[in-house]
Amino acid sequence: MSAPNNTYDPVEVAALAPDAVQRIQADALAAIAAAADLDQLKAVRIAHAGDRAPITLANAEIGALPPAARAEAGKRVGAARGAIRQALASRQAELEEERDRRVLVDEAVDVTLPWDRTAAGARHPVTTVGEHLADVFVDMGYEVAEGPEVEAEWYNFDALNFPPDHPARDQYDTIFVAGPDGAERSGVVLRTHTSPVQIRALLTRPLPLYVVSPGKCYRTDTLDATHSPVFNQIECLAVDEGLTMADLRGAIDAFVTAMFGAGLQTRLRPDYFPFTEPSADVSMQCHVCRGASTRPGGQPCRVCRSQGWIEIAGCGMVNPRVLVACGIDPERYSGFAFGLGIERSVMIRHGVADIRDTLEGDLRFSRAFGMEA
Amino acid sequence: MRLPLSWLQEYAAVELSADDDAGVAEMSWRLTNCGLEVESVETVGHDITGVIVGEVLGIEELTGFNKPIRYCHVSAGDGQERHVICGAGNFVVGDRVPLALPGSVLPGGFEIGARKIYGRVSEGMICSPAELGIGDDHTGIMVLAPDAPLGADFVSYAGLRDVVFDINVTPDKGFALSVRGVARELAISYAVPFTDPAGPVPSAVTGAGEGPGGAYPARIEDPTGCDRFVLREVLGVDPSAPTPLAMAVRLARSGQRSVSLAVDVTNYLMLELGQPLHAYDKAQLVGAVVVRRARPGEKLETIDHVVRELDAEDILIADDSGPIGLAGTMGGVHTEVSESTSDVVIEAGHFSARGVARMSRRHRLGSEASARFERGVDTELQRRASARAAAMLAEHGGGRVVPGCTYASVPVEPITITMDAGYPDRVAGVAYGTDTVTARLRDVGCTVASASGDRLIVSPPSWRPDITDPADLAEEVIRLEGYQNIPVHAVRAAGGRGLTGRQRLRRATGRALAYQGFVEVTTDPFASAADFDRLQLPADDARRLAVRLSNPLSDDEPLMRTTLLPGLMRTLARNVGRGFSDVLLFEFGLVFRPRPDGASFAPILPVDRSPSASEIAQLEAALPDQPLHAGVVLAGNAAPAGWWGPGRPAGWQDAIEAARTVLRASRVRFAIRTAHYEPWHPGRCAAVVVQDCEGREQVVAHAGELHPRVIAAFGLPVRSAAMELDLSVVEAAADALGPRQARPLSSYPVAVQDVALIVAQAVPAAKVESALRVGAAQAGDVLLEDLSLFDVYTGDQAGEGHKSLAYTLRFRAPDRTLTAEEVAAARDAAVAEAVRQTGAVLRSG
Ligand SMILES: [Zn+2]
Repeated sequence: MSAPNNTYDPVEVAALAPDAVQRIQADALAAIAAAADLDQLKAVRIAHAGDRAPITLANAEIGALPPAARAEAGKRVGAARGAIRQALASRQAELEEERDRRVLVDEAVDVTLPWDRTAAGARHPVTTVGEHLADVFVDMGYEVAEGPEVEAEWYNFDALNFPPDHPARDQYDTIFVAGPDGAERSGVVLRTHTSPVQIRALLTRPLPLYVVSPGKCYRTDTLDATHSPVFNQIECLAVDEGLTMADLRGAIDAFVTAMFGAGLQTRLRPDYFPFTEPSADVSMQCHVCRGASTRPGGQPCRVCRSQGWIEIAGCGMVNPRVLVACGIDPERYSGFAFGLGIERSVMIRHGVADIRDTLEGDLRFSRAFGMEA
Repeated sequence: MRLPLSWLQEYAAVELSADDDAGVAEMSWRLTNCGLEVESVETVGHDITGVIVGEVLGIEELTGFNKPIRYCHVSAGDGQERHVICGAGNFVVGDRVPLALPGSVLPGGFEIGARKIYGRVSEGMICSPAELGIGDDHTGIMVLAPDAPLGADFVSYAGLRDVVFDINVTPDKGFALSVRGVARELAISYAVPFTDPAGPVPSAVTGAGEGPGGAYPARIEDPTGCDRFVLREVLGVDPSAPTPLAMAVRLARSGQRSVSLAVDVTNYLMLELGQPLHAYDKAQLVGAVVVRRARPGEKLETIDHVVRELDAEDILIADDSGPIGLAGTMGGVHTEVSESTSDVVIEAGHFSARGVARMSRRHRLGSEASARFERGVDTELQRRASARAAAMLAEHGGGRVVPGCTYASVPVEPITITMDAGYPDRVAGVAYGTDTVTARLRDVGCTVASASGDRLIVSPPSWRPDITDPADLAEEVIRLEGYQNIPVHAVRAAGGRGLTGRQRLRRATGRALAYQGFVEVTTDPFASAADFDRLQLPADDARRLAVRLSNPLSDDEPLMRTTLLPGLMRTLARNVGRGFSDVLLFEFGLVFRPRPDGASFAPILPVDRSPSASEIAQLEAALPDQPLHAGVVLAGNAAPAGWWGPGRPAGWQDAIEAARTVLRASRVRFAIRTAHYEPWHPGRCAAVVVQDCEGREQVVAHAGELHPRVIAAFGLPVRSAAMELDLSVVEAAADALGPRQARPLSSYPVAVQDVALIVAQAVPAAKVESALRVGAAQAGDVLLEDLSLFDVYTGDQAGEGHKSLAYTLRFRAPDRTLTAEEVAAARDAAVAEAVRQTGAVLRSG
């Protein structure tokens, strides 16, 4: 760079001569036009617009001119710089477009290739449907209570108003636990239903009480397509002041709506459970055909066997004797209970035809349901 | 309970034809809605056409065949003689018989034609009861009463067209095990008159004497087993007298076999009235009949020809010869009526429901009689039922009733229930009002009186021993008013606290394992000692102590599982057998561990009050520990093979990682240790330890590769691995943790240092890592933010019996950029601790 000089004639700074500037510009534009790709253009940008580029150096010389000459030289150099910048920008855009076109072809991949490099895990639908069922009640304000599977007979039967030797016990084909001394009866059984959890809850939790208890149960049933000796139940129990069968029906309807959708009718018919009085079995309108299969000309329905109704649960008003056995005043409190089989719910809701599919542990069964049924 | 419509209609005045499908469906609906669930409705007799009452005019015995064959000349009442072949021989010339002429149809669509058989043309057939769908008797043809109208249509003559309702009677409704009980319900439902089939004792059988000596002598010796006992006598009965056709048809429709007139009469009345009756051969009785308990050593051969050793609790009917029957359950073989019995003693008793139930269970002997006594029989039916039996035997068997009866009874306290008249309304949530409540209770036979303050005093009828509480009365009102008329109230908000931490953790744990590729299964919870052997468990292993079942589903598996692994391994093998090579399974489930000091018996506590804390403790003491376990098994590839290349074989690492996964989900601090524990490979087994809520170290899991012997015993793929973890302990420890606390995030630069340490092969990496962390923690406020093991090297440069572990340490300070000196000091402190604890040598270069 020349030293600042207020007396020099402009023509004495050769780089700022009009033809020199023109040449610099022409060289730069030629190089830009010749750049074949973005990398070359990057090099051209450094060579012709960078810190050491002729035009940049020329620009720096402007200060060496006498003040009178600076304006004209500045104008000349500025115009050249502008032209170079513009050429760079437009070549950049051109080359980027070209690259985009080329990349689309050259670097394209088959994005439909699988990449399932982690094994597909899953939870069992009896677990997830059980959780769903519990959640329906939890959303109504119930809490989930649990109890042991090997249970004292008193909890499983007596406290639930099954008198000793009553034929009601025969309906629950019970597996008995032998005493440590080998005695056939030890007052301990594999629980035949989740109802003993009702007793445990009533004995330990404050009133009013709203609990739901899911869990595994055992009976000596023979395994077939619809029965399993080991199965899961879920049962709700509400004990409060002034509960009626109308409240029970409300809970049932809310439950059916949450599990199977709105607008399904429910139906109660008298049944017998020692721990509820009155007792009923609960059917709901078939969620698949909504009764259409029973009308003349209706398509047959596999889910309800064209009955229009599906039996889903047993229910009733808590027998005051049960409350008494738990130290609760039946004059003040009343309650209802409502229980159903989880496997059966899975079968109804998900079209499982054979309960054994839920038991065998075949990978395909759980996998088909994924994380949430 | 199978109930023919025609029988019900005899006592409930419902107008309904067996052909009226809609009417039958409505009746079925009504029965179900009043609590008598109709399981099936069967139309009978509609499938028989063309059978008429014929007469046998002559019999030719054909010979030369391998069994006796008759060629019969029969009349159909149309003046034309026909001929039919018949293989039965229980009829004579002049007998009236059901005759199926060519063109008739028998049950099952069986069409009768004329055909040549045994060298003769047979123009139809003479029918057996079984061929007409009346019972299963194939042994002979049906011989009809001599007054059967010749040529009449047999179906209408015998009343075969009917509808049979099969009702599932719940255990509380003993009254519904009878035509009487069900007809009463129908009459209520249809609001039509009901005629009680148990009418007053007919005058022909009443007599002056209705007491201990009115007829054959009897007494009740044990009033706890029996409170009513009636005997009547019918003398000179024709032992060969046939059962009237109408009775035989009804018995068959109800599923009872026809035996003999005396037995059929008792069965018929049991079905009609619900009162079990027994007929004795008077000639076989010795001395007075007594109801008593069994004595030591007594035996009885019951009519099913089983000799039964009697229990001191058994309620017996006995005479001077000893036991002659199990009360209300089954009679003895020596006193039963036989083909030669002409003098019959009829018994009608009322036995203890519980006593009969216990006896029938003890002897594994359920009978029609015991089913009724267990559920409750009318206490006031014995004289009437026995009187009807005597009258029917006399009428159809030509006998003579000895007037009067022997009647032994024990006073029974009548049941009265005081109920607030508004109680049914409060149970149902419906305003029925006192009038409706009273009317409904009277419908079912209660007597209802008003007491002060809107209270009703209700006496249930003698046939409803199930009604004991106001709740029972409420149920009667509500069911008769119809469950369908109960309104639906909106759900009351209960204000619960949601899931507990444990419950949320269990879900999170399941999801964590599933996201790692494990598939949840449920396995058989039963176990056997053979499983414990296959697991190579030592003789004193705690897992061998298992809960034993008295009546297991399978004798091969009499125990409850103490570990999840055998079930998981079998499920693994099953999946491999079904063609899956990469199998990663998990299960959550209880295992059952008897407490060494556990009680041997859980008492049956009273139910008229709540149990005391010590009583509850007694129950709990008899239960085993039932911790929730999580188990995994895996074989094949943990990460599948694909177009990207080979899979990553599953192994001990994945099993141990599964334990880490569970513990990470729980946030409980844990450490991995080397372990030797069955059924794992002795060199490839880890124990996972945590601090429980009381600060004690506890092993919560074992994981690793399975022992080759175990793999062989369960038929698993080689190198299969497994993990089993006690979730209950982890859940409890997690419960004790407060909410996780966040750390401030420093935005100062990180300083990264790599160190390689040479240690003996036997030194676990976990120990080196923990020493590095401890050492780094001693270096002031320089935070060891992260530490990762990036290389394990066992080549020459590590030296014989040694390995090199290379770690990256990331340091950062909360408030400044660390200087090189600070970083070096922290690294050196970490290394120094590792050197001190593990004998590590810092590898240079
Ligand atoms: Zn349907």
